[in-house]
Amino acid sequence: MPINQDLNIPMGNALDQPIGRIIPAPENHLSADGLETARKARRSFMGKALAMGAGIAAASKAAVAAPEGEEAILKLPAHTTGLGQGVAANAYGMPSKWESNLMRRESPGLTRVPQASVSFCPLQGLFGIITPSGLHFERHHQGWWDIDPSQHRFMVNGLVKRPRVFTMDDLMRLPSVSRIHFIECGANTGPEWGNVALPSVQYTHGMLSCSEFTGVLLSTVLEMCGIDKKKARYVLAEGADGSSMTRTIAMDRAMDDVMIAWGMNGEMLRPENGYPLRLVVPGVQGVSWVKYLRRIEVGDQPYATKDEAVHYIDLQPDGQHRQYTSIQECKSVITTPSGSQTLLDKGYYNISGLAWSGRGSIKRVDVSVDGGRNWRTARIEGPTLSKALTRFNFDWVWDGKPAILQSRAIDSTGYVQPKINQLRAVRGTRSIYHNNAIQSWKISENGEVSNVQVY
Amino acid sequence: MKTMMMTANKRFSHPLLVLAMATFALGSAHAKKPWEDIGRDAKPAEIAAWDIDVRPDFKGLPAGAGSVDRGTEVWESKCASCHGVFGESNEVFTPLVGGTTAKDIETGHVANLLPGKNFPQRTTMMKVATVSTLWDYINRAMPWNAPKSLSTDDVYAVLAYLLNLAEVVPADYVLSDKNIADVQKRMPNRNGMTVYTPLWDVKGKGDVQNVACMKNCVTELTLGSSLPDFARDAHGDINKQNRIIGPVRGAVTTEPAPKTLNDSRAKVMGVAAPAKAEAGAIDVKALLVSNSCTACHGMKNKMVGPGFAEVAEKYKGQADAKTYLIGKIKNGGAGVWGGIPMPGQPQLSDAELAAIAGWIVDGAK
Repeated sequence: MPINQDLNIPMGNALDQPIGRIIPAPENHLSADGLETARKARRSFMGKALAMGAGIAAASKAAVAAPEGEEAILKLPAHTTGLGQGVAANAYGMPSKWESNLMRRESPGLTRVPQASVSFCPLQGLFGIITPSGLHFERHHQGWWDIDPSQHRFMVNGLVKRPRVFTMDDLMRLPSVSRIHFIECGANTGPEWGNVALPSVQYTHGMLSCSEFTGVLLSTVLEMCGIDKKKARYVLAEGADGSSMTRTIAMDRAMDDVMIAWGMNGEMLRPENGYPLRLVVPGVQGVSWVKYLRRIEVGDQPYATKDEAVHYIDLQPDGQHRQYTSIQECKSVITTPSGSQTLLDKGYYNISGLAWSGRGSIKRVDVSVDGGRNWRTARIEGPTLSKALTRFNFDWVWDGKPAILQSRAIDSTGYVQPKINQLRAVRGTRSIYHNNAIQSWKISENGEVSNVQVY
Repeated sequence: MKTMMMTANKRFSHPLLVLAMATFALGSAHAKKPWEDIGRDAKPAEIAAWDIDVRPDFKGLPAGAGSVDRGTEVWESKCASCHGVFGESNEVFTPLVGGTTAKDIETGHVANLLPGKNFPQRTTMMKVATVSTLWDYINRAMPWNAPKSLSTDDVYAVLAYLLNLAEVVPADYVLSDKNIADVQKRMPNRNGMTVYTPLWDVKGKGDVQNVACMKNCVTELTLGSSLPDFARDAHGDINKQNRIIGPVRGAVTTEPAPKTLNDSRAKVMGVAAPAKAEAGAIDVKALLVSNSCTACHGMKNKMVGPGFAEVAEKYKGQADAKTYLIGKIKNGGAGVWGGIPMPGQPQLSDAELAAIAGWIVDGAK
């Protein structure tokens, strides 16, 4: 068996078939060439040399090539040989320090004031469908508060027989429901209407989260107040923060699945997400999910509030703005591998992503690895819930050649997620809101994934 | 059933019984839920305090008036710092005023919204169709850092000032609840909104649909757009925004793209290592503080004892400097730098001693 003089390790045959991913090992100090050699050598060695009983005595530069095996196994670490920490050392548990790369982040230059801004959810590192509460995306209109729940009041007025006031005590006594729903900002993926503008899925799709919300159905409360069903057409939801955010909600939504929620993922809402009370409007863009909810007014006309008359209006090619565009239509995105990630090796990958629809549940997700020419149906991971994120997975073996990954979701109404050029043909490029286009990720030969538009 | 009811009514003709029947009948039409009386009635003053919204038909608009002149005063003291004197500023928020014309006021369509015009910013006055929206928002959310602090008349005044900047009302105008409906008829983009019900109604059909083709689908397969190289690091180092384990890593976007897969792997695996090392590394400067070293030693200059940089300079080039300094720190000493003795630091571990001594030998930076 030939020996690599530089590394003093046995050389094996190049692998005919790329297999799996490489194991992160202390080759990091090696040059790229040395790294590759070590990688191949290790496989070769483990697969052949060890079986032949050939020991390499020399302590080589490549620690990984030590014949006995890997140091991570042979040298027992402190956590295996010492005493760990006691209970309640962290009274409220936090993620491992090794996970600190995954955090909410702002998109530089998007806004100029942090109180009226967005932080994006790191979708590239999340599993399943539930967003950890601390990573839930943020959108504030005039800064966030941590409101004393004992002083918070909720009022219903307008076209009701009896205008009512509720404390949190009152609301939390009412018959509650717990439901899993996605929330997506209407402007999610908005910067990409005209061209590619963002490097990673955190910024292209990160105004998206999904939680289990607990609260009382708005219909329960409206019935209690004696809603005037003949006249009532809309409700206005209003927040208690400085902006006193207001949005008009359709009456059929209000009487269907809209919730007044206090719970999120088993605990109370986080302050950044509206503690102690927020509206949950399943399937409808996030701006309608009014935080710090203080009031619902029942009315017979829409309200044309600032965030439905100046913002959250979709400019069309004829110069008209579409007003009251609320529904988040069926959409999906591959989160692994995704923009600005690097594949570590050729071979098998579990392509994984998220699909959702504001009109119902996800029926099917197809994935293409050739830029949309050919598609195969992905595996849907349960649960498949209405107006909730749905996780899909897809087997793929990367041959090292350029590839373009896309996902295409179909919802329970039969609606098929469109391509960006199909959206542009109807809505132009200046709409800002409601871009639910198929996302394309290009895999280059160097393993890097980049954001492209292909159709 | 009808016959039975009539019979029953005849039979139970006692007033109290009839009342009981009526209550029962009401109850069955509106089955009372056991939670129905949770909460309390809202008092009129409470509703008045919170019900501040103003609709496009001006329902909810309180009586009041404000002149452009008064608006100028309020604007300059409370609004101009963010929005600019003329509502034109793009520093903090997008501009409020600009891009509308006398012709727009006539047609109710802002021409600068048409394709090809490419007006640099879509200002508030270019977009908003309803003057009620402006009144409502100024009243509920402005000024930015003191929302709801303007008097009703000052809300009218500020709005009058804005409308004057957009040439919707003249400079001597006094806006009030009496004439605001006339102003609505001059809003430059008043006809610019379409209520698009398919995206409002959950049961609506969208206007853009794809087909679920599976094989040999027609695609242009042209690269429509990609991120330019100069924008590679616009969102920082994506490597630091991804997990340090798993099938992928974040690319090091602060450096040019590696040429080959091997280069890429070396790059991303290489940068993962320092993160690991850092986590376990000893923070020397933190040690200096927590062990009160800095009470006597300056980073550069002599305080009670010599500055760390002075120590570094003195032992520069001395082969056994690190070992010597480890001993000095651990056991203390006196006489080298003056008469005041330094106490020994036996609480430091060997690793900590080595880290501090090594840091000094490396120049104490």
